[in-house]
Amino acid sequence: MDTILGIPAVALYGQLVLGLINGSFYALLSLGLAVIFGMMNVINFTHGAQFMMGAFVAWMLLAWAGLGYWWALFLAPLIVGATGVVIERLMIARLYRLDHLYGLLLTFGLALIIEGVFRNAFGSSGLPYRIPAELRGATDLGFMFLPNYRAWVIVASVVVCLATWFVIERTKLGAYLRAATERPELVQAFGVNVPRMITLTYGFGVALAAFAGVLAAPIYSVNPNMGSSLIIVVFAVVVIGGMGSIAGSIVTGFGLGLIEGLTKVFWPEASNTVIFVIMAIVLLLRPAGLFGRA
Amino acid sequence: MAAAGEAIAAPAGAGLSAPRSQVIAFAAMLALIGLGPFLLYPVFLMKVLCFALFASAFNLLIGFVGLLSFGHAAYFGMGSYVSAHAAKVWGLTPELAILAGAAVAAALGTAFGWLAIRRSGIYFAMITLALAQMVFFFCLQAPFTGGEDGIQAMPRGHLLGLVALADDMTLYWVVAAIFLAGFLFLYRVVHSPFGQVLKAIRENERRAVSLGYRVDDYKLIAFVLSATLSGVAGGTKAIVFQLATLTDVNWPMSGEAVLMALVGGIGTIFGPPVGALVIITMQNELAQLGAWVTVVQGAIFVACVLAFRRGIVGEIQALIGRPL
Repeated sequence: MDTILGIPAVALYGQLVLGLINGSFYALLSLGLAVIFGMMNVINFTHGAQFMMGAFVAWMLLAWAGLGYWWALFLAPLIVGATGVVIERLMIARLYRLDHLYGLLLTFGLALIIEGVFRNAFGSSGLPYRIPAELRGATDLGFMFLPNYRAWVIVASVVVCLATWFVIERTKLGAYLRAATERPELVQAFGVNVPRMITLTYGFGVALAAFAGVLAAPIYSVNPNMGSSLIIVVFAVVVIGGMGSIAGSIVTGFGLGLIEGLTKVFWPEASNTVIFVIMAIVLLLRPAGLFGRA
Repeated sequence: MAAAGEAIAAPAGAGLSAPRSQVIAFAAMLALIGLGPFLLYPVFLMKVLCFALFASAFNLLIGFVGLLSFGHAAYFGMGSYVSAHAAKVWGLTPELAILAGAAVAAALGTAFGWLAIRRSGIYFAMITLALAQMVFFFCLQAPFTGGEDGIQAMPRGHLLGLVALADDMTLYWVVAAIFLAGFLFLYRVVHSPFGQVLKAIRENERRAVSLGYRVDDYKLIAFVLSATLSGVAGGTKAIVFQLATLTDVNWPMSGEAVLMALVGGIGTIFGPPVGALVIITMQNELAQLGAWVTVVQGAIFVACVLAFRRGIVGEIQALIGRPL
């Protein structure tokens, strides 16, 4: 059997794929956080709960409406994104004139409410969600067997991340968005409806989280706590990358997922904490983050 | 952030003594602490006092420096674990066990504060939260914490090796003394020249820098003080319940400190203890509702942020126009 640095090659590749999967979720979630933060200056603490909602909506669509994975992939982000729009209009919009920390506290409270409601309704043990028939099985790559679903998660999140990057950095809509981030009053004076843009941006960021949740549903069991521990890691990812750059948060997300996967191979005990340690080191060397502007 | 209640300064000419409104409030608090155990279950009151100290320590940062730490569970939990370990395994007397917990919390606060004050605002909150989560994973894996079981059946021991604390009433007076000492210390810090500089940093950091203050040093000292007192609160809680668990060090505990300060009134002296009393009472009353407690706490967060940003004591302060 092949080994690399004393580790069986197959185990190493397996962990690298798992690392990329986690990296996909980090990238999608930190991307959503960065988009929301850029527009609203609010750190969306509800993001983890909205990721969890995405997975639950997928489960509900299947169990209650008989709509399968592919429908869920499309509908769950829409539904959860719509709840995000309501939350933004009813609550977050009232806080823009205040200190940004209030937005953090509000969304933290919302996360507690959402997670508590789901825990009451579905318990904490988790619900199974099957991999769609088209993506079952594995492909022999010669050096390892790659489960098809895992390959799909990585490809889907890379495509969505790149599409988001393209829209924001290379289209007219994205140009409006970036302009409104810098000088909202000026953009408004040019006749762009900035408040509506902010609302839709929040909805879009939330939809990204829900999309990640649907992708995650067949991998992890669907349970009310799946978002809360993830979101804290994603905060660390955001601190490491800095929220100034869209491409930066994508690269940082995937990169840190890989590093975490490698740590799991070589030093399993440290795999839970490695991202936080990297955050501490980045704070020492480059406080604004790898891609951030000071 | 704390500006909610800050329109009210101490009346001019108040001199060295505390404003009368605060003296009256303090007397009322003393009376409540003195009469409380004869009316209510002492263990419940001890829990309130521990969390009142925890929330007051947290409030030093958010209320008087303007730094929102979302990771105070780390100091509370480590204080709790280290005190429990010191009392149970090393056989230290309770006051030394609490001091050991406070010392570890202080060391942790120095390291984390030094890292976190490099950023401010939202980033500061995220960094402190992430660092605290690291402590949580450490406690989950380290052998001395007992993992999921925690440290159970730690002895309450004898104060100074002399006074047995097994009796709830005896322990109550000790806990009350610890709380009052911490509370008065924080009061002194906030109203010292040092505390005035902290408030200057909160109001306008750049101006404080231009006036020649080494802002980072002030922030770090405030951070360490806050972490240390959180450790004292955690250690005292461990002695009361003879228990240290992962709950003490997990992120919802950080959220509770925030919630108590917010409900009571961020940036007020008496707000956090009032908030602790309200939240612990609510948890006790709603305990049989299970996971709904989280929902209620979340709803209180949302309601406070949207409509009640001054908190209970902040509102009273605004009503009477005197500092509390």
